[in-house]
Amino acid sequence: MFETLPRILLGLLTGFLFGFLLQKGRVSDRRVIVGQFLLRDFTVMKVMLTAIIVGGAGVYAMHAAGLTKLFVKPAQLVAVPVGGLIFGVGMVLLGYCPGTAVAAAGEGKRDAWFGLAGMIAAAAVYAEFAGLFASTVQKWSNLGPVTLPELTGVPVWAWFAALAIAAALFFRWLESRARL
Amino acid sequence: MSILARPSWSPYAAGAGIGILSWFAFWSADHPLGVSSVMVRVVAAIEQAAAPAHVAATPYLSKLAPFFDWEFALVIGLAAGAWLSARLSHSAEDSPVSSTRRWQAILGGFLLLFGARLAGGCTSGHGISGSLQLALSGWIFFACIFASGMLTAQVLKNREL
Repeated sequence: MFETLPRILLGLLTGFLFGFLLQKGRVSDRRVIVGQFLLRDFTVMKVMLTAIIVGGAGVYAMHAAGLTKLFVKPAQLVAVPVGGLIFGVGMVLLGYCPGTAVAAAGEGKRDAWFGLAGMIAAAAVYAEFAGLFASTVQKWSNLGPVTLPELTGVPVWAWFAALAIAAALFFRWLESRARL
Repeated sequence: MSILARPSWSPYAAGAGIGILSWFAFWSADHPLGVSSVMVRVVAAIEQAAAPAHVAATPYLSKLAPFFDWEFALVIGLAAGAWLSARLSHSAEDSPVSSTRRWQAILGGFLLLFGARLAGGCTSGHGISGSLQLALSGWIFFACIFASGMLTAQVLKNREL
């Protein structure tokens, strides 16, 4: 039932920092999340893109140094888009994603508790159909664990350089607009 | 202490912190940050207590053993970290929840997690951990949640949200 104690403690510490950062980043606030989808508040985009660029550059550097493996999920070209589209509707209705709902629940926001109840119900239902989905939808057009550099032949560093420049220009434009 | 007591940090600082935390998770735990599969672990643990034979016959649940793992602990820690952050800045909220909002939250949570399981991850597992590895799956997921989320937000804009 339990993993080893050191791994449990490591998980607690990592999660603690994750929750602290999500709360300080204001993404455990439903108004901020819905505001992003209405394009009124770009906090979610700022947090996520910065995390992707900083995180990705470091993870690939560690990978090159042999310090970590990569954990790329399969590109199932039917299941991932369909799941993502359903997820987007749920995220706006609830006002949180799974991680930020846990953070909001920790803060005492009661709507997040109801959201978590809905999530657990969905997990129970999904588990009953998981075998069916695995042998159908998730098999259709499955390219396997492919990355953008592998797919395009454009090297990893070029991707991160391009992402960083695009994000910097976009955020600079957003901040200059915000000051008007 | 003052920085910890601020109600919010720059989103870029919080994002960079989450990025650095990803390095730590990959390196220390051999595991990317992710949350949605923990909801399945909760179900597996409950059903293990109530109907162990059913869990044994459902590979999607039984393959997750041990149920209380690093990722489960991550989610417990996540709630605690958010709680402390809100406490330090005195921004904890406890507003009443209307019955409409209650059902909206339950339905939203249900769709959210069903979609995440079908896609194989959520905003953390696909959106951040997947996208930072430049995974095609992560970027497709990212684009799709924005497409349907923006549409849903427009439809619901003038209702109670």
